[in-house]
Amino acid sequence: MSGAFSRIGRTFLRYLVKTAFLLLAVSIIAFALVSASPVDPVQQYVLGVGGVSPEQRLELEAYWGVNDPPVERYFTWLGALLRGDFGQSLLYRRPVIDIIAERFLNSLALMLCAWLFSGLIGFGLGCLMGMTRDRLPDKIIKQVCYILSSVPTFWLGLLLLLVFAVWLGWFPLGFSTPIGMLNEDVTLAQRLHHLFLPALTLSLMSFANIALHTRSKLVDVLESEYVLFARARGEGPGSILRRHGLRNVLLPALTLQFASFAELFGGSVMAENVFSYPGLGSAVAAAGLNSDVPLLLGITLFSALFVCVGNLTANILYGVVDPQIREEQP
Amino acid sequence: MNEKKPLLEISDLSVSFLMYDGSLERSSLQVISNLSLTVHPGEILAVAGSSGSGKSLLASAILGILPGNASVEGAMRYGGEPLTPERQKVLRGGEIALVPQSVAYLDPLMKVGRQADGHKKPRPTAERRALFRRFGLPEETEGLYPFQLSGGMARRVLVSTALLSNARLVIADEPTPGMSLDQAKEALRMFRDLADEGRSVILITHDIDLAFDFADRVAVFYAGTTVETAPAADFRRGPEALRHPYSRALWSALPQNGFTPIDGFQPYAGSLPAGCLFAPRCPLRTAACEAGTPPMRDIRGGEVRCIHAT
Repeated sequence: MSGAFSRIGRTFLRYLVKTAFLLLAVSIIAFALVSASPVDPVQQYVLGVGGVSPEQRLELEAYWGVNDPPVERYFTWLGALLRGDFGQSLLYRRPVIDIIAERFLNSLALMLCAWLFSGLIGFGLGCLMGMTRDRLPDKIIKQVCYILSSVPTFWLGLLLLLVFAVWLGWFPLGFSTPIGMLNEDVTLAQRLHHLFLPALTLSLMSFANIALHTRSKLVDVLESEYVLFARARGEGPGSILRRHGLRNVLLPALTLQFASFAELFGGSVMAENVFSYPGLGSAVAAAGLNSDVPLLLGITLFSALFVCVGNLTANILYGVVDPQIREEQP
Repeated sequence: MNEKKPLLEISDLSVSFLMYDGSLERSSLQVISNLSLTVHPGEILAVAGSSGSGKSLLASAILGILPGNASVEGAMRYGGEPLTPERQKVLRGGEIALVPQSVAYLDPLMKVGRQADGHKKPRPTAERRALFRRFGLPEETEGLYPFQLSGGMARRVLVSTALLSNARLVIADEPTPGMSLDQAKEALRMFRDLADEGRSVILITHDIDLAFDFADRVAVFYAGTTVETAPAADFRRGPEALRHPYSRALWSALPQNGFTPIDGFQPYAGSLPAGCLFAPRCPLRTAACEAGTPPMRDIRGGEVRCIHAT
């Protein structure tokens, strides 16, 4: 057993090194893109402060090193990053790291709910489709899945807003807390109330994937020789699903769900903007629209890290749970 | 042993599949036609024949686990009572057990001890452990996954699934391919032991020369039907003791008996000849052979489906 743990430890270490290199690559590409773009951070800063003379502006440029060669600027920025200094957001006038921390908690709540929703609903419906394959429930749910996975997130979000917030008035129109309330006074129930529609939008967008995947895996399992043998031994459909179906389908589904962090993050940008939800997704859009370079770069790096953690979790989970992979690891 | 009442009687069994061919036309493909056989308690009936002669479908038909587009005609009786789908449901996994042919029939993610126990777990764990010991499977085998088993261990685990149910009829579907001669003989000896305990065994195989040695009777399959059922001793004696021209051809095609092939090939389901299915390749063919399916006749202690047999 200790051998298994050291194997997992080694896998983990290998991924850590890979992740570090990946983040470095992301930082270089993101920095190069921003440098090549027409965005002028000084102009943006000046707009925020107002009333700056041309001399002061030149001084600012010299102080920030805007005219240094790009490679030198990159290493200055990277050095600061490594010391934990992500810089100041030009838009919010606060340290980038604080904004990310605060916004990420909001986004995490949203993404976690959506992730659980889509995982549970998707897996459940996938099993239902697999068990009733080519019969009516399967056909109906499959069509719904195809429709939902081809609908753009923001459109679905607007539709849900229109129906549930405007017409029915069951849910608030946006934000993560009631308007005009102090943060300390907001109850958990109110937060969940505000979270519901964006989370639903996000999970409706991604559950089709997991449902269709689970369906096809379950169909494979049901056509396998070991299920034929189970039937020959008198197992009914319920027993086959419990003893063989779930066991063989759950693992790939779980992996897929962890690997979907990237789509989840992409979807959250859309959903947060539609619902004016103050998370990382809406912050990244605001940073982009307002040329807030430090915030944009900070969130880019952070989201890359987030996706890596998802993939790492999926990989480690597979190695721990699947006996065949556990055995084959060198 | 033939004085005892048969455990399983199959008469005039036909299995066909509904096919949709491109257009909306439905056609039916007959894969087993007019098949008859009986199995008595305490005997091994070997079912021999080339690939594609419908041997494995017979096992599925007896267990009632044919695919949904299959339709079954004819009569099956088990223990003297008609074998209805409801009874099949009750009997499979209990009185009727299947020994599948490879490790692929075990769930890759379940430990073999649990799989040998089955979902109803009819016997206590101690009994399963004793059986594993009898089969020479080491103590830790029960905690292994199927992919960790050697071919021989997998075979013994598969057989033990049948033994742990209270099967009176064991259907072994091609249990020997891919095994060395010694392993194959050992596997067949296990089935011999089962039969000697009073159970019935249907041994589906194309290792026919081995089957001749271990079985009591041999049913020869051709194009989805039985052409001859004869005591295994007749097959050991040689072609003059056999009744059907295909049985004789099968015997002569064995390496040790001259390796002589016959012309032609087994007809495909869907393009079966009228009358006797073997007629197109038969040296004894006459016009009468194409007139209709020959009836099963009792000749010299065996059964044969040939109008010329004596």
